[in-house]
Amino acid sequence: MKAALTALRAIVIREALRFVRQRSRFVAALVRPLVWLVVFAAGFRAALGLSITPPYQTYITYEIYIVPGLCGMILLFNGMQSSLSLVYDREMGSMRLLLTSPLPRWWLLICRLLASTVISVLQVYTFLIVAALYGIDFPLMGYLYALPALIVGGVMLGALGLALSSTIKQLENFAGVMNFVIFPMFFLSSALYPLWKMAESSVLLRDICAANPFTDAVELIRFALYGAFNAPALGWTVLAGAVFIGLALWGYDPARGMKRQKG
Amino acid sequence: MTGLYVQNLSYAYGAKQALRDVTFGVEPGQFCALLGPNGAGKSTLFSLLTRLFTTSQGRIEVAGYDMSRHPRAALARMGVVFQQPTLDLDLTVQRNLSYFAALHGLSGRDAEARISAALERLNMAERAGERARDLNGGHRRRLEIARCLIHDPAVLLLDEPTVGLDAAARRAITDHVHDLSREDGLTVLWATHLTDEISDRDQVVILHQGEVLKDAPCYEVTQGAPLQDVFLSLTGAPA
Repeated sequence: MKAALTALRAIVIREALRFVRQRSRFVAALVRPLVWLVVFAAGFRAALGLSITPPYQTYITYEIYIVPGLCGMILLFNGMQSSLSLVYDREMGSMRLLLTSPLPRWWLLICRLLASTVISVLQVYTFLIVAALYGIDFPLMGYLYALPALIVGGVMLGALGLALSSTIKQLENFAGVMNFVIFPMFFLSSALYPLWKMAESSVLLRDICAANPFTDAVELIRFALYGAFNAPALGWTVLAGAVFIGLALWGYDPARGMKRQKG
Repeated sequence: MTGLYVQNLSYAYGAKQALRDVTFGVEPGQFCALLGPNGAGKSTLFSLLTRLFTTSQGRIEVAGYDMSRHPRAALARMGVVFQQPTLDLDLTVQRNLSYFAALHGLSGRDAEARISAALERLNMAERAGERARDLNGGHRRRLEIARCLIHDPAVLLLDEPTVGLDAAARRAITDHVHDLSREDGLTVLWATHLTDEISDRDQVVILHQGEVLKDAPCYEVTQGAPLQDVFLSLTGAPA
């Protein structure tokens, strides 16, 4: 047990050090949602009218609506970034170092997942602080309640990245992940527009958005930021996370994973 | 038994048979050179020995532990230097080593003491605070060897560890690992292309097209002839 925690700590520290060193990655991770918030949301503010739906108890501006979605976006991008770094690790060989540790392989993968979630959550809070300075803030307790929601969402999206990384054999294939995973997941969700608004243009699109686990993660965060609890969103996020973790463990099973990657 | 034993090991990538009924054993304290041309199956064998892959055909025993039944105990007794460098170049030497120690469940003073001892042994103590990126190729390899000794393994696996090094660094590393087997009793499996890294008393396993062609002490294999020539005539390929 002590050995398992020692490894967890070391893996989290390694990821944190790598992240801090890659300053451009940190800046990009912060600038991306801020551009959406400051530019995109300002433009849409006039175009989109938002009615009062839970968890909101009054009319809100579009900027306020979009913040939980942008928190989700950070988790999503970071989950994929960490998947990218796993593929990189595998090409560079440090994945071998990790996988030949005498600890159970599932635990080593969970450590990687938790490490990437820690990084994601820290990024989200940095973004929330900047957003608050910009004038978009939430009830104080909301920041606290959001923590477990961010962790659950971060683990789910990190597990998706982990599962994908076991299928991506080369770094070059990563662009495909951007096009076929990140963008559809982000745009076909409640991050940018409420589902009822989506239904006005297409019921099918609304249904697709509702089935997207990223929508659940965003809603979980949105409710939590107001101190409210969204049980269905939590349930679906946890379920999706469990499925993705299962797929990741299957993908990295020594009896099948990395099998075709000769060398 | 504390050595390394491989029995009837086979592995296929789909229809392509990479290893066929491979059997050999390395006794404790023995330096065994695994020699084979490209595509002979050396890398596949290393992947199976380090459990990156598993196979149901055949048996691997490391320091008395069966790899399929007790994989964690077997891995805990094994030190590995991979062909690809596996250092975090932006971390210091010390951090690289403590990360590895933690992956083996070692932390605190115990880890510190082992790290200093490992660095001392390879004359790298004064480099503990340097970034791995600032080390030359030879020192990076030495660091990886120091790292694989931190958890006191009984069996060392090294996959072409001298690739890309100059002659002096190659000689230093080859000599050092020979010493580890002779003086510390470690079982060493050293995959290589380069016959000059093998001494007369070493055991030689020649792998060709997934099969073991020879498994004997070097002097028996060569009978006085240069190993390079013997290897060429056996495999029809340069080492």
